[in-house]
Amino acid sequence: MDNTFVLLALTFAVYYLATIIRKKTDIILLNPILITIAVMICYLKFADISYTTYNESGKYIEFWLKPAIVALGVPLYKHLDSIKQHFIPIFLSQLAGSIVGIVSVVAIADLMGATNEVIISLAPKSVTTPIAIEISSALGGIESLTAAVVVCVGILGAIIGYRTMSIIKLNDDISKGLAMGTASHAVGTAASMEVSPIHGVYATLGLIINGVLTSLFAPIILRIMGYL
Amino acid sequence: MILQCLIIFACLAVGELIVMFTGIKFPSSIIGMILLCALLKIGVVKYENIKGVANFLISNMGFFFIPPGIALMLYFDIIEAQFWPIFVSALVSTIIVIAVTGWVYQLSNRKRNG
Repeated sequence: MDNTFVLLALTFAVYYLATIIRKKTDIILLNPILITIAVMICYLKFADISYTTYNESGKYIEFWLKPAIVALGVPLYKHLDSIKQHFIPIFLSQLAGSIVGIVSVVAIADLMGATNEVIISLAPKSVTTPIAIEISSALGGIESLTAAVVVCVGILGAIIGYRTMSIIKLNDDISKGLAMGTASHAVGTAASMEVSPIHGVYATLGLIINGVLTSLFAPIILRIMGYL
Repeated sequence: MILQCLIIFACLAVGELIVMFTGIKFPSSIIGMILLCALLKIGVVKYENIKGVANFLISNMGFFFIPPGIALMLYFDIIEAQFWPIFVSALVSTIIVIAVTGWVYQLSNRKRNG
């Protein structure tokens, strides 16, 4: 049962079923990405299949991630005028989101007794994997832990994002998109695209700008807070 | 279809080459995205010549994250060792980032508009 095509078919099947379950229920924990990851990990553990073996199939799916991110240039182009018009508030929100994102995760992890290495690995948690890994390895974090946490934060944001925003009364389309992309990078962007293309565009912007700002601020903030 | 894929892969290829030759620490995919947006803006690429594949890729983006998510099984021991600090800080910080980013945008936009 570790045939490349069997594992591919299984991944598609589980995801397809998960999206149907999602449509029929309103339980936010039933995020199709989360469900598929959980079911597939259980299956692989149960059938004693290693990740390396699974990845012979998984790589064909993951391959499309980079082209999908390139494709985000299309909605970005369609909303360029609106972006230009709101540039200053967008930039201010990114500045605040980036700094608060680094400081809060570092402070809370420290208070709860995380080791220095783990704290550094968590600092870039909100940004897209390639940028986060660069930051983590440059500052002495554990790359694989950063990669794992980044995926988790993405899924977490996709699950709790919209619920959080309705509780705290964010009601503006641009602010909703920006918040999702800034907090949860491309997974948050994918979730916002499903809600509305406008949210998706601003999530894309949050993903890009927060990625750049976090790579600039993380070393400075960690130094000021005394972790480097 | 072929032209649409060509445009996407050409932008990504240029992104990869830029990263390779300049050594900058930035994702090639985001460089490709900005390039595609610029090509559309200056009219080299027409929206009609890209929308099909672009919409397909974007609307299924969540699915492409599943293999890196399944890779979590490799890191169970690292996460397990400090599960609560990692989980609580990531969860609370994510909520804070959503709130602060959204509020700062709404406040500064409102102020600007009068």
